[in-house]
Amino acid sequence: MQVTDTTIDNLAHLARLRFNEDEKGSIKKDLQNMIAFVEQLKEIDTTGVEPLLHMSDTENVLRDDVIKGSISREDALKNAPLKDEEFFKVPTVIKK
Amino acid sequence: MEDKYEAVIGLEVHAQLQTASKLFCGDSIAFGAKPNSHVSPITLGHPGTLPKTNKKAVEYAIKLGLACNCEIEENNYFARKNYFYPDLPKGYQISQHTTPICKGGFVKIKTTEGERNVQLNRIHMEEDAGKSIHDRDDDYTCVDLNRAGTALVEIVTEPDLHSSDEAYQYVTELRRLVRWIDICDGNMEEGSLRCDANVSVRLKGEKKLGTKVEVKNLNSIRNVKKAIDFEIQRMINIIENGGTITQQTRSFDASNDTTFSLRDKEEANDYRYFPDPDLAPFHLTKDFINKIQSSLPTLPNQLIHQYQNEFGLSDYDAAQLCDEKHTADFFQSTIQFTQHYKAVANWITGPIRQYLNEHHLSFETILLSPKTLAELIKIVDDGKVNFSVASSHLLPLLMKENKDPLQLAEELNLLQVSDSNELEEWVNEAINKMSDKVVEYKKGKKGLIGLFVGEVKKLSKGKADPKIVTALLQEKLK
Amino acid sequence: MFSFQSIKNYQTFLAENSDGCSVAVNHYLSEIEKNKHLNSFLEVFAAEALQSAKELDAKRKAGKPLGKLHGVLIALKDVICYKDHQVSASSKILTNFTSIYNATAVEKLLAEDAIIIGRNNCDEFAMGSSNENSAFGIVKNAIDETRVPGGSSGGSAVAVQAGLSMISLGSDTGGSVRQPADFCGVVGLKPTYGRVSRYGLIAYASSFDQIGIFANTVDDAALVLEIIAGADDFDSTASEQKVPFYSSELKEEKKSYRIAYFKQALEHPGLDKEIASSIQTYIQTLKDAGYIVETVDFDLLNYIVPTYYILTTAEASSNLSRFDGVKYGYRADLNKEDDLTELYKKSRSEGFGKEVQRRILLGTFVLSSGYYDAYFTKAQQVRRMLCDQTKKIFEEYDAIISPTVPTTAFKIGEKSDDPIEMFLADIYTVYANLVGIPGISIPLFKHSNGMPFGLQVMTKHFDELSLLSLSKQMMQLKP
Repeated sequence: MQVTDTTIDNLAHLARLRFNEDEKGSIKKDLQNMIAFVEQLKEIDTTGVEPLLHMSDTENVLRDDVIKGSISREDALKNAPLKDEEFFKVPTVIKK
Repeated sequence: MEDKYEAVIGLEVHAQLQTASKLFCGDSIAFGAKPNSHVSPITLGHPGTLPKTNKKAVEYAIKLGLACNCEIEENNYFARKNYFYPDLPKGYQISQHTTPICKGGFVKIKTTEGERNVQLNRIHMEEDAGKSIHDRDDDYTCVDLNRAGTALVEIVTEPDLHSSDEAYQYVTELRRLVRWIDICDGNMEEGSLRCDANVSVRLKGEKKLGTKVEVKNLNSIRNVKKAIDFEIQRMINIIENGGTITQQTRSFDASNDTTFSLRDKEEANDYRYFPDPDLAPFHLTKDFINKIQSSLPTLPNQLIHQYQNEFGLSDYDAAQLCDEKHTADFFQSTIQFTQHYKAVANWITGPIRQYLNEHHLSFETILLSPKTLAELIKIVDDGKVNFSVASSHLLPLLMKENKDPLQLAEELNLLQVSDSNELEEWVNEAINKMSDKVVEYKKGKKGLIGLFVGEVKKLSKGKADPKIVTALLQEKLK
Repeated sequence: MFSFQSIKNYQTFLAENSDGCSVAVNHYLSEIEKNKHLNSFLEVFAAEALQSAKELDAKRKAGKPLGKLHGVLIALKDVICYKDHQVSASSKILTNFTSIYNATAVEKLLAEDAIIIGRNNCDEFAMGSSNENSAFGIVKNAIDETRVPGGSSGGSAVAVQAGLSMISLGSDTGGSVRQPADFCGVVGLKPTYGRVSRYGLIAYASSFDQIGIFANTVDDAALVLEIIAGADDFDSTASEQKVPFYSSELKEEKKSYRIAYFKQALEHPGLDKEIASSIQTYIQTLKDAGYIVETVDFDLLNYIVPTYYILTTAEASSNLSRFDGVKYGYRADLNKEDDLTELYKKSRSEGFGKEVQRRILLGTFVLSSGYYDAYFTKAQQVRRMLCDQTKKIFEEYDAIISPTVPTTAFKIGEKSDDPIEMFLADIYTVYANLVGIPGISIPLFKHSNGMPFGLQVMTKHFDELSLLSLSKQMMQLKP
């Protein structure tokens, strides 16, 4: 498949990244190369093979419904880039 | 609605599960806490944190699935739904969107057209997002992550509803159900039950579905109906005027019962679902599911039938008793002490309910004991106290403190007087007081007897046995 | 003059020296200072370490029971969370971020009286094979400072290599512990997937990541593994399987292990000729010593890197979504009219380095609608096939050996910007992460170019006991 500027734009938006013109060119090439590289997998016949969804040997890992582990609000907001005493703050989502 | 169109409606209801802690970590889900005080590194999506599934939430989801006649999926997974929003700390929501725990199923509703089953598509578990508060600060949106991570079940119907009334009945029934089996408090104002509607219209007889519009922000069952009504009309108007419906997401404006566009659906996100590698799959054994099945109480519709068949209660009474499990429980408990089923139903749906409403109480917190009610019913039935006195004088006191009703009646001098001699005095007094009415009565206005009975009641301070009084009056006024 | 050979020796030293911990800490702090130019450490917890040392010395003096890692200095790769300490994944996007909780592995170390000496530099978000992708500068290989130490746990490898710490914990997603161990001439162990809790390990690819151990000796790695391994309430993927007492159950006497190696691996065109022949010779040495060593066909070898590429970038693209400038980390300077989308795009584009952005983008592509089945599902199917094939191999054999890396440590700046070329260099190590088996790189060899290189050993799931035993035996059977 062909990787276009639109492909990159859409992907960048989905990932909330931004590339300038130069970067876009280089990333387009990278994506194109990667696709070519991983297309190799088409050579393998995987008919009837169940995709491997989980690596660990654990199953039915469920916890009891117990309240624990909460931290203070102070700690919660400690690393916030912008906040007041109670909330995290971001630019308004709904423009007035 | 113009007769040539039919509406097709699908509803997505989110119910917040009443577990003590969140779906994937141990923060409390209690409502109304100070902002950002029920959070942990896991809720905050701190680097390196991992989820772990709450067993109780799984049980609750299965409970609901069984109550809705769904097929319970034995092999369960969670997936990540990836998108960016400030109240979504990890940048993805853990959801069973792709592999729901319950499939199919139905919910029975009753409308003016009769009873029918609303087909469900699925019920699945997912975690809730936090809250974005837009009106607290002019320049900023404030984010509170208390709610982030709370366990939700999403109940999705097939596009199987065809009127706003059906939608109303469906949400009412679903709300009753989740409260009945004690998995959710169904409080739409607080957001523990939320409803989104997908609405489309098409010409009657047309097989193809029309373009659908999603309507959000329906925070009461009435608003669900209003929003759908508005949407249907709006869509019909557009079509009748030669326009086409744009697929979009709209929000209900409760201030004027209209809907407005939030965003066009073309901006639909690619959520890039994939199985969450941090969570082990869980397999439900038939044993486990059966255990949950047997822990389910008799469901409302079944109970209604039972009450009608076993106890001869009317449609209306049975339905009233089953509007809420606590009411039914109270009924169940009371009939352990008496077999006057109809009387119990009358008391519960009548004076007791009235009292509870007036005092902002409920059958969940009622102080009156079933045994006391049974005794009260007995003394009325025995003629010791008449119903009027029992409900207006004794009940209010018994609602505050359980006493032996007969004793209480005696203490308050409210025992019914059935002795004809005693009654005669009052009857004569009433007749004398209302001589002009007597004339009218004798002239033919037989309805006035109620007036005389009422006067005797007053004179006797309610104690006069109305049946005997009536007979006496009739005799005297011949 | 303090010198460190092994934890066991150190603990004898401590028993004989009442101020032993303080001596050790002072020694290491001075070594770290002397070797600052290697840039192995992003932060040294000097004051704390000295304080801990004092307390531990006092504890010993008071005759209190001592933890199994009493006084052992351990450094943490900058992806492991240590409460009330900064952690940044060597990224600008986590500048000034202070962790509010401990990784489970760190809790376990602290419970056994270890001293956490500092955090090690690494490739940003553990993405890289040379430690040239850190936002805080490159790390230099102490044996030849014009060469890379490997990555992504380059700083950790150098810490042990240059005597700046006794032990360092790294993380291994596709070889990030074994490869730098190989380049630096130290022992690097990646446990079975699920052997060590990932709670507190900043996630790169969730179904591949494991905390790994850098040590000078196999015995030391065994002891540390014993401590950090095990079930964890906070990690649903951490195994409940009992943790053996690796340190005491290690078998030094030769057990007739059946060892396999992949024909295609040693014949790979990218493999340095001298490495290939050294290993061939060593295979003979092993046979002569009584081990059974046989070739095994592995026709899927060329597909492991593409499979790894698809799955890790996919998982990473999702794992890194949480770095959005909202709750923590870097937030770009915004203009008044900047909206939320601007916040995200600016912060993430300015905060993440180029390699990280590239992998996020590729992962986003792989998961996107329309391509998911062709790439992601396909890769998961191949992963299953690899697991099945691996199971079969371990029915016949106890261990698999291979080169760790096709070349020795390359020069700084030498490797091209070609991501595929970089990934292909991981060809020997990613296999273990794909199928979840444990792997170790043991420093057996020295190249004529002066650089060390190792042998990679792998065993089946949860058989670290055989892995460590065999490794120790091989370390004693020098080529």
